[in-house]
Amino acid sequence: MAIIFKPSPSLPPPVASVGAVAWVRQNLFSSPLNIFLTLFSLYLMYLLIPPIIEWGFINATWEGTSKAACTGGGACWAFIVVYFDQFMYGLYPEAETWRINLAVILLIVMVGAFAIKTINKLHLSLAIIFAYPVVAYFLFAGGIFGLEVVETSLWGGLFLTVLLGVIGIVASFPLGVVLALGRRSDMPIARSVCVVFIETIRAVPLITILFMASVMIPLFLPEGLNFNKLLRVLIGITLFSAAYMAEVVRGGLQAIPKGQYEAADAMGLTYWQSMVLVILPQALKLVIPGIVNSFIALFKDTTLVYIVGMFDFLGRIQAANHDANWLGTTVEGYAFAGFVYWAICFGMSRYSMALERKLETGHKRN
Amino acid sequence: MSDKTTPSNNSFLNDAGNRALIFQIVLLAMVVFAGYYLFSNLQSNLDNRGISTGFSFFNEPAGFPILIHLIEYTEANTYGRAFFVALINTFVISLLGIVLATIIGVIMGLARLSKNWLVARLATVYIETLRNIPLLLQMFFWYFAVLAALPAPRDSYEFADFLLNKRGIYSPNPIAQDGFGLVIFGFILSIVASIGLVIWAKKRQTKTGLWFPAYWSSLGVIVGVTLLFLAVSGFPIEFDLPQKSRFNVTGGMVLPPEFVAVLVALSTYTGAFIAEIVRAGILSVNWGQTEAARSLGLRDNLTQRLIVLPQALRVIIPPLTSQYLNLAKNSSLGAAIAYPELVAVVMGTTLNQTGQAIETIGLCMLVYGSLSLSISVFMNWYNSKMSLIER
Repeated sequence: MAIIFKPSPSLPPPVASVGAVAWVRQNLFSSPLNIFLTLFSLYLMYLLIPPIIEWGFINATWEGTSKAACTGGGACWAFIVVYFDQFMYGLYPEAETWRINLAVILLIVMVGAFAIKTINKLHLSLAIIFAYPVVAYFLFAGGIFGLEVVETSLWGGLFLTVLLGVIGIVASFPLGVVLALGRRSDMPIARSVCVVFIETIRAVPLITILFMASVMIPLFLPEGLNFNKLLRVLIGITLFSAAYMAEVVRGGLQAIPKGQYEAADAMGLTYWQSMVLVILPQALKLVIPGIVNSFIALFKDTTLVYIVGMFDFLGRIQAANHDANWLGTTVEGYAFAGFVYWAICFGMSRYSMALERKLETGHKRN
Repeated sequence: MSDKTTPSNNSFLNDAGNRALIFQIVLLAMVVFAGYYLFSNLQSNLDNRGISTGFSFFNEPAGFPILIHLIEYTEANTYGRAFFVALINTFVISLLGIVLATIIGVIMGLARLSKNWLVARLATVYIETLRNIPLLLQMFFWYFAVLAALPAPRDSYEFADFLLNKRGIYSPNPIAQDGFGLVIFGFILSIVASIGLVIWAKKRQTKTGLWFPAYWSSLGVIVGVTLLFLAVSGFPIEFDLPQKSRFNVTGGMVLPPEFVAVLVALSTYTGAFIAEIVRAGILSVNWGQTEAARSLGLRDNLTQRLIVLPQALRVIIPPLTSQYLNLAKNSSLGAAIAYPELVAVVMGTTLNQTGQAIETIGLCMLVYGSLSLSISVFMNWYNSKMSLIER
């Protein structure tokens, strides 16, 4: 009778090397230093998180008309609730705020229409870039179709912040691309004009540019010709952002191998054809993270208009902090502002990551 | 398409060189014309408003106080002196900010790479929060929400001889007594000695391969010799301790809340960006380098110091430079919370009082321009020193 070797079933791995226990051992308690760091982090979290939750949610007051209503000892969110409209629209007349809402809804619908497969995307883009701004301008400013005129000095709050950000982004992008192309050009005069412009702007802080826009531009214009402060500040922001955009795009242009330029030339394409059809699509795709980063920087920088006396989102919060009925609600105001700015900027950066993945096509050979 | 050999293709305008020339002439003409137009407008505007140009106002008394001044300054001093006070304030906050931001950035960048899951997550939260909130808002938060909520002087928090209250951070002020020169002499002597020690250790290592802990022993030499000289000369330092009274604090050194708020906001904000740069730099070094170092028998900290760090620095330095530049430029936001730096004093108060818009704004741009230029020149020099020498 032959003896048949029968392996006994393998033992399960030790408890300490699989599952949650192993994970905790490896990631939190692998060495004395790690144990110390873990305990220290836990202590830090214990110090910070429970008080914040208690302050922000458990003891918070959500309703009331003055600071006196907030008796819970926690956050006084009633302040935000009461001032919400002002934070959003600034001093825009309350009866007219539907115009801002309408413009926002219109934009969302137009952008959302990209999802419809049968729609002509080129026409839609053109409509968003050229037709929408005109419609939005007349909605905001009024003056036609019996819409009440609203002075730009009344524009404010998150509305103004988003307006400055979006216009700055949209206007600075093409300007930045042109400046980057100019800096890479073979023509010495064009190149030096671009270099001087880009380097001058990048060397100075945005505040000086904004001061220049609000104080110096009137001095440089002929007597009588004067345009409004919002427009001047917008020009300042756009020029500033364009210089940074130009450097980002230049990085992309430099990363494109010379063969691409030469191939475009060999095909007999003109300069603009080779740029628009061959070089820029590749270069821009490479620098999407950089472009989005400068958009985020621009969006955060719009807060600086407060220093030249415009009441954007942060400006309105700052103004509301001085309300005698609501003294002592500074932290709530800043927390709300911080959350809104954070959500928008963080959203943009996540979107850029998604976009990067989606456009990831070339350069890797399959 | 009709005729493939049309001679008109060789016309003057179809030549690329000629077209470039014409385009550039037009561009130059436009720039010159725009410059001339703006300048002539400026001239006539200034004439109409009766503003005289020039920096003669620099010699007039300023008449406004500056809260924080490191050189002697009173209201009777000139605008010129006020300018220098502000300039020094800008430099001080930028330099301290750069140092602090670098420390925070390196710690946070390493923490985000930590093998400890919890530490890495906490560092990520820190970085992603601070990077995505505007700096101005953070400054307001520190100034109006945190520092303004501190107790009044009589209820100050006390740590040893330090006081913390609404008016700032008070610390003992060391005052040098007779014989302090000897201590300074000892300090300089110890630094010279430790430089000598490092050079000797390096030479010996190249010659014999024997290693000597030069940096730790230099530290010991500096501290030891300085302490020795202090003891020999009989501790010639007295401390002026801050004393709190009912409404104020007398004596001691003070860091005003404006200064603290700007410094904290600048360094934590820029630190978050530097952390990402440090992380990217370290990740950019190929893992094979670490493995090779280990197979050579290098210990972990030597692997980091001799192999990974020098290679990571090459990737880190260029973006780090632009963060330093950003920090220097962002120090101008201090104007919004009344930290008397360049923008607040020159483009704020001086501009309001004298109306010299062109001079004040131009001067500020010039200063920031040269500040940016000098930082980038220094960092370029450092970069070329660190960069890979290819043969």
